[in-house]
Amino acid sequence: MAQRRTARRVSGFGSLYKGREGQWSWLAHRVTGVAIILFLFAHIVDTAVVGWGPDAYNRVVEVYHNPFVKVLELGLVAAVIYHAVNGVRIMIIDFWPKANLWNRQLIWGTLALFLATMAPVVYVMGRSILEEVL
Amino acid sequence: MRVSGIVLLVLAVGHVLIMHVLDDGVDRVDFQFVALRWQSPFWRSWDWLMLVLALVHGVNGLRMITLDYVRRPATRVAINGVFAVTGVALFALGSIIVLTFDPCAWPGVNC
Repeated sequence: MAQRRTARRVSGFGSLYKGREGQWSWLAHRVTGVAIILFLFAHIVDTAVVGWGPDAYNRVVEVYHNPFVKVLELGLVAAVIYHAVNGVRIMIIDFWPKANLWNRQLIWGTLALFLATMAPVVYVMGRSILEEVL
Repeated sequence: MRVSGIVLLVLAVGHVLIMHVLDDGVDRVDFQFVALRWQSPFWRSWDWLMLVLALVHGVNGLRMITLDYVRRPATRVAINGVFAVTGVALFALGSIIVLTFDPCAWPGVNC
């Protein structure tokens, strides 16, 4: 069954690319990177509003105190931490090519480090969100 | 990408943890908070360096993605041109604010 499903995917360009961990970490790095830079564009503008005084800035920053926006904020923190940890893995392989042999293990390592960092972050930020909703 | 990345590892992750996670996170941020924080040249330098490196790193990343997916040279140049102009404009705006912000110009602010 599994074999037939694979066979159906084969096209004139060859079979479907199955890069496993490496492919998914590459994709996650790209998606988190784009999400962060798009947020940064907006964030530079919203922070620049301090130049227009307390009334203007406090009204703008009020957006970040909304519980739904805080869920997005948690996603942003996760994106930054993943991108940072995975970026370190990329640099390790860049400067020490032999590490490539351990690439798959390193990817699982980055995932473990990411999850270990996110656990307290989700606890702290999640509590603040729940306090507001409940 | 590598050099800006490794510096951003400290600057951006530090910024995210300090501003969004620790000590009530973003709830405590308002005009007064920024006024006090930017009295310190250390935080102003941190924020300005982060502004520059994050824009260079992020716009360069967007450029690499268009190199991957946008095949037609004219379209690619146009899209990257928009990114470059956006980056320069936001660098100018952010630099002016970080370097010239004066909270004492506003009445009723502790400074």
